[in-house]
Amino acid sequence: MRFAVTRACGGGGGRARAGALYIGGSTTAPIETPSLLILTRKGLPTFVSCDHLAALPTPDSLLLHVSPLHFLDCPSSKTISNIGGLHQMLGLHEHFFVAAPRDSLESLPESEGTNKLGASFETPCGRRLIKPSAYVEKIASLKPNLWASMADEVPAWVSDKRNKTSVDRTLRWLDECLALDPAGGKTMLGVVVGGSNIEERKHCAIEVATRNVSGFWIGGFGLGENVEERSALLNVVTDNLPEEKVRFISGLSLPEEVLQGVASGIDLFDSTYIYHLTLGGFALIFPFKILDHNNLDFQLDDTVGDRTKINLRATIYRKDISPIVANCSCFTCQNHTRAYINHLLNVHEMLAHILLEIHNTHHYLGFFRAMREAIKGGKFDLFRQRFVESRRIHLTSAVLCS
Amino acid sequence: MRNRFRICAVAASDSIETVHLKTNGANRYDDQLNGQDQGEAFCVSFLKMALKFEVLGKFNRARAARLALPHFVCQTPLFMPVGTQGTIKGLTNNQLEEIGCQIILGNTYHLALRPGAELIDDLGGLHKFMNWKRALLTDSGGFQMVVKLLVSLLHLADITEQGVTFQSPVDAKPMLLTPEESIQIQNKIGADIIMALDDVVKTTITGPRIEEAMYRTLRWIDRCIAAHKRPDEQNLFGIVQGGLDPVLRDICVRGLVDRNLPGYAIGGLSGGEDKDSFWRVVAQCTAALPEDKPRYVMGVGYPLDLVVCSALGADMYDCVYPTRTARFGTALIPEGLLKLKNQAMANDERPIDPTCLCMVCRNYTRAYLHCIVTKDPMGSQLVSYHNLSYMMRLSKDLHTSIVEGRFPEFVQGFLRVQFPKGDIPEWVCNAMEVAGIDMSTCCAP
Repeated sequence: MRFAVTRACGGGGGRARAGALYIGGSTTAPIETPSLLILTRKGLPTFVSCDHLAALPTPDSLLLHVSPLHFLDCPSSKTISNIGGLHQMLGLHEHFFVAAPRDSLESLPESEGTNKLGASFETPCGRRLIKPSAYVEKIASLKPNLWASMADEVPAWVSDKRNKTSVDRTLRWLDECLALDPAGGKTMLGVVVGGSNIEERKHCAIEVATRNVSGFWIGGFGLGENVEERSALLNVVTDNLPEEKVRFISGLSLPEEVLQGVASGIDLFDSTYIYHLTLGGFALIFPFKILDHNNLDFQLDDTVGDRTKINLRATIYRKDISPIVANCSCFTCQNHTRAYINHLLNVHEMLAHILLEIHNTHHYLGFFRAMREAIKGGKFDLFRQRFVESRRIHLTSAVLCS
Repeated sequence: MRNRFRICAVAASDSIETVHLKTNGANRYDDQLNGQDQGEAFCVSFLKMALKFEVLGKFNRARAARLALPHFVCQTPLFMPVGTQGTIKGLTNNQLEEIGCQIILGNTYHLALRPGAELIDDLGGLHKFMNWKRALLTDSGGFQMVVKLLVSLLHLADITEQGVTFQSPVDAKPMLLTPEESIQIQNKIGADIIMALDDVVKTTITGPRIEEAMYRTLRWIDRCIAAHKRPDEQNLFGIVQGGLDPVLRDICVRGLVDRNLPGYAIGGLSGGEDKDSFWRVVAQCTAALPEDKPRYVMGVGYPLDLVVCSALGADMYDCVYPTRTARFGTALIPEGLLKLKNQAMANDERPIDPTCLCMVCRNYTRAYLHCIVTKDPMGSQLVSYHNLSYMMRLSKDLHTSIVEGRFPEFVQGFLRVQFPKGDIPEWVCNAMEVAGIDMSTCCAP
């Protein structure tokens, strides 16, 4: 694995950067960053089977997030090893797995149960305590491309003392994982925590930066911190991490949050946005090619309120034979109509979620691509500003009309 | 007194397949011209068929054929997955095509409720609505209604000469499904094959109800034929009823054959009757139904039953079994069933079926599938994908083995793998005897 920064949006304190992640053989094209890690359940997307996954844009869709906690009960580590690890077990040989315990969905850090022995998580199988040794053993059998060391992630409202403990613990576990790692850190991501405390964040980042890891996982965000504080906290972390190593964050799911993370110099994001949209029957429609027009195509007009997504359960779509998004090249938009998906949702058919997850993933990957283009063109700040404004237009007009 | 005649179906084009004149005094039906009952009448039927059925190979009663439908040219014997609400649960159209599905079944009852026949019609028919490019078959809607009324004692319903009345599950309004309405709805949905509304009773019932149902089915077929507005695009199949009584079945077969329909279904089975009765009814009907028309045994889905019925001369099958059992974690394999939830699967590194080339067997182990079946949606998708692949492969093997003149060997091989100890059930041996397939190499001495 190799990472290189290809474009830094410097000037004016800009931290956003475009990069390239080289995985697999030398012939494979690098994965460009900032990029999305597709959420998985036991290694596979929730609804998108491997053949449809392969039809999503590559190489963007090759990045998958996997939680080792999904495999605590089965298969056994021995069986996973015999099969050959994640890539073999899932039939996804071309894909790139980044393993971190927290998936922000079903494997949630549970700081009150965490103690000096291990990290506690709420999982579908109840509360589980994971010790570093067990964690590393699972990782060894799964053989992901990159994996994060164990962290004690705490929510924003804990006491300073508890927060400090979490930093000490996380560093200790990082060293334990490093010691147990046969590859000596070559595929490891060191975890940076520190809650909402600027000093602790800085201290933790500086410490982790000294370890022999290949990149960094920034934990503890999306757990109740103030959105306004977040940028400052992110900045103090990235300012104290080496430029040339990749940075991955959990807990920033929404496009606005991703933009905030990119602005602070983060490269990889896992997100539950697609999952929640899909389950709710929503399809993404927000425009992201917003630098193409000088004339903003989001003036205050009185068309449909929410221009970010449509709720395909709504009866207005019963007879709508248009695709979700015109000219979208995803399988769903090329083959099916809003009316059909509306029907599938109404009769509670799984195909609705399959089709929605395909489209939403495709669309969100498109957003990331547009973001990368903006960074490479030196226009990230403009992109971010326009994007955020366009998302708020419908709220503004709703307020003005009421 | 001059006999008056009425036209049962009108052909839209010049091509008239058959002209059929008949005096029909036994049936009473409305005279659409002036509303009077008629004692005697001619029935002139110009029945244009929207299919071509060509037998390509035979072994005794078994046949392999080419069935050309408006949307797709199929090979029989074939299995039709059930896509109740306009979708096969958890599979996309391209996956179904890859697996080799030729015809999908849609449930008229469900589709008429949601999204509604009018809406489907307005949007151009079910093919367009689903974007399914191959063939579709819709049932009459009667069976689901009967199933619901049998299951739900609260919504007591009535089957009368008019039709099936029941309480709507949506708003509890009384609803009536008549033969005319069933055909009307199916005309709107637009499937390649549509089924006549029949009076179906469980085979476990005995007594005069069965006879009543059989004769009513015959009276209703005439009403279905009369109501059918698109005979050049949609094939109306009649359904043979009569319970387990050979005399009644025979009357029904002859009555339906007289109407010269594009195809015939054998109904009223797969409802809990014993296997010995089951195969005998199938054998009787396939012997009596015309050679040159497709024969569809409704509700048959166990692989063993498919093989037996094909040996006896049936061509088409449908069942929810393969997809439903998949959702419970059971996979279909040549040896029988594989219960993926079983603890023994937890460390089994083999694919579901080492002889299967489907996407699931090429990529996943039993151990991994053990983790996800019944727990994650992906588990349901993957096992459904495999199970349907298995059924399509079985259909294709049946067809090819007949065409290539090795059908008995195929059947024997199939049975040997399913019953390695030679303990083949007696009903299978009896059926195979009638089918003329030698069982001596498969049965234990």
